[in-house]
Amino acid sequence: MRQVYGWLLLTPAAILLIAFTHYPTVATLWHSFFSQGTAMRPAAYVGLENYLYMLDDEIFWKVVRNNALYAAGTIPASIAIALLMAVWVNGKLPLRGLARMAYFTPTILPMIAVANIWLFFYTPEIGLLDQFMRLFGLPSHNWLGDPDTVLWCIVVLAIWKEAGFFMIFFLAALQSLPPELEEAGRLEGAGRWYYFRRVTFPLLMPTTLFVLINATINSFKLVDQLFILTKGGPDNASSLLLYYIYEVAFSFLDEAYAATLTVALLATLAIIAIGQFFIMDKRIHYR
Amino acid sequence: MYRKLKQTIAAAALAGAFAFTAPAAAVELTMYYPVAVGGSLTKVVDGLVADFMKENPDIKVKAIYAGNYNDARIKALAALKSGEPAQLSVMFSIDIYELIEQDAIVAFDDIVKTDEEKTWLNSFYPALMENGKTGGKTWGIPFQRSTIVMYYNKDAFREAGLDPNKPPATWDELVSAGKKLNKGTAGQMDRWGMMIPSTGYPYWMFGALAMQNDQVLMNSAGNETNFDAPATIEALQFWRDLGEKHKVMPSGTIEWGTLRQNFLEGKTAIMWHSTGNLTTVKKNAKFDFGVAMLPAGKRRGTPTGGGNFYIFKKSSPEEQAASMKLIRFLTQPGRTAEWSIKTGYLGTRPDAYETDALKKYVVEFPPAAVARDQLEFATAELSTYQTGRVRKLLDDAIQSVLTGAKTPAEALGSAQSQADKVLKRYR
Repeated sequence: MRQVYGWLLLTPAAILLIAFTHYPTVATLWHSFFSQGTAMRPAAYVGLENYLYMLDDEIFWKVVRNNALYAAGTIPASIAIALLMAVWVNGKLPLRGLARMAYFTPTILPMIAVANIWLFFYTPEIGLLDQFMRLFGLPSHNWLGDPDTVLWCIVVLAIWKEAGFFMIFFLAALQSLPPELEEAGRLEGAGRWYYFRRVTFPLLMPTTLFVLINATINSFKLVDQLFILTKGGPDNASSLLLYYIYEVAFSFLDEAYAATLTVALLATLAIIAIGQFFIMDKRIHYR
Repeated sequence: MYRKLKQTIAAAALAGAFAFTAPAAAVELTMYYPVAVGGSLTKVVDGLVADFMKENPDIKVKAIYAGNYNDARIKALAALKSGEPAQLSVMFSIDIYELIEQDAIVAFDDIVKTDEEKTWLNSFYPALMENGKTGGKTWGIPFQRSTIVMYYNKDAFREAGLDPNKPPATWDELVSAGKKLNKGTAGQMDRWGMMIPSTGYPYWMFGALAMQNDQVLMNSAGNETNFDAPATIEALQFWRDLGEKHKVMPSGTIEWGTLRQNFLEGKTAIMWHSTGNLTTVKKNAKFDFGVAMLPAGKRRGTPTGGGNFYIFKKSSPEEQAASMKLIRFLTQPGRTAEWSIKTGYLGTRPDAYETDALKKYVVEFPPAAVARDQLEFATAELSTYQTGRVRKLLDDAIQSVLTGAKTPAEALGSAQSQADKVLKRYR
């Protein structure tokens, strides 16, 4: 009887999980073994053909490379800035509430709105960035139209958007640190930097891991800005994996290949998550 | 108070009873439609549909705004797949092959019966029918259609010593005018001669350049592309040269979304853009501006653009008849003229421009007629089987050339060979 009761309590969550997480995952894997289906040419089983096509697909490798650079650009920078901002607004400073709010604002704005604002920052000639450069007599640059700069423009936007969100977690963690530690440290003659490095930072590690996982996931799933800013261009220079999947699924209407790419994305994320949990977790001090 | 309430309820009940009994054999239609240029267009459509229902009380139309062209196709196809009713839709004119392959639409030739209906089918501008026809049948009826036109800043023309009433009519004139219109030093331009957008819809702009070089990009069966034809390569070289050699345009890609703002702020003297921007530019330009046909290379040319009516296969004969009624209503000369004035889209048939309303509007505001006059030189927008994929191949090739990563021959050669691979099974 108790067992039935337990299962009943689990049911709602289980139904949601199975319907929206497990079933789609399995279905995606299943679809990736079939060809693109239309009413006139029903999908047929093709084995690993989609995967072979993927390995041969230049654009796929390009978006994978872009995504790696995007992750490498956004994750460490947004975490570092978030931590810096958190320490800053945790201390005593005038208008502290205002500063906290200002840092948090980018988070509450919808990404599409943000991208529209930044589009006008980056626009050559009339954009804010170009007008600023002009003040110093620097030449105008076509930021989003140049394959060498476009990805970094996206990275900067992502950092700006994300750092404030992560700051909240660090701020909460900082406030839960007992003040005695700092007093004790000061009595022992520890400098501020030494204290941060040897006490504060290690105590923040559980939060850092949480933020790191979030930042990693976001670097794969946050692609809204591409729809407004670049549509993945020029020539796929700013396209990311998830955006490419969207294009294949809804512009090419090729569900089968989109499923194949999704499996690749899922596998990558799974490997990263496992790595983070098993390797990082052992080195983290939990109270 | 209480009696009044009772009266009201009785009246309401009575009215309700009538409402339910009167249109006994009512047909219900669901229509999806996209808006690509934003703003108040939904109100215009709702108004037209309400007028239709007033005239045809036995037909109920649910018009659903479905986002941009891409969203509209996704939503309509998803609705069909999930068994939700949708009898007709306005969708991208270039979706035709995709919709045929999905077996989603019926040809209008199979629905029209009377001679009068057959004449109606032939009453539109032939250029606008190109994207709606394949295999000898008509699958789409033009509704919200556009072409690319050249907007130019007359004040800038005067300042540069050019005749503001003589916009460049050939590629050579375009380059020389552009050089005169350039203002500022390299790297610090106060005003560029011209800008052609190369994000968003690069293939569309390129369709114009190719046509001006007397080359179409695909065949009408939708299974063959001409990306590596010498004239196509030449056209792309010209686009690249505008920025690299003649320096009348910024190099790299130019953003579709912010171009209008560049033009309105006087940062470019000429822009190529959709007629769909006409009303916005008219409202916001603080300078004297003109609209002209695109210049000619070997000839003039532009692709058409925009949305067509389609009727879905999954509908009963009565629903198809009602859909026809609605489409015919919305494409009457008078309605078409009203639509064109309110939006800036083309009047889709010659007799729309014979109506008093549109005649008067064209006299008051001559730029409204440029897109129509240009139809004579227009061709179909790039559209093939697997159109999303093929379009992207061309888009990528164009952008890789404009950013200097590849030469036109290289980029278009590889786009062609990949397009051949995709289209092989449709030949």
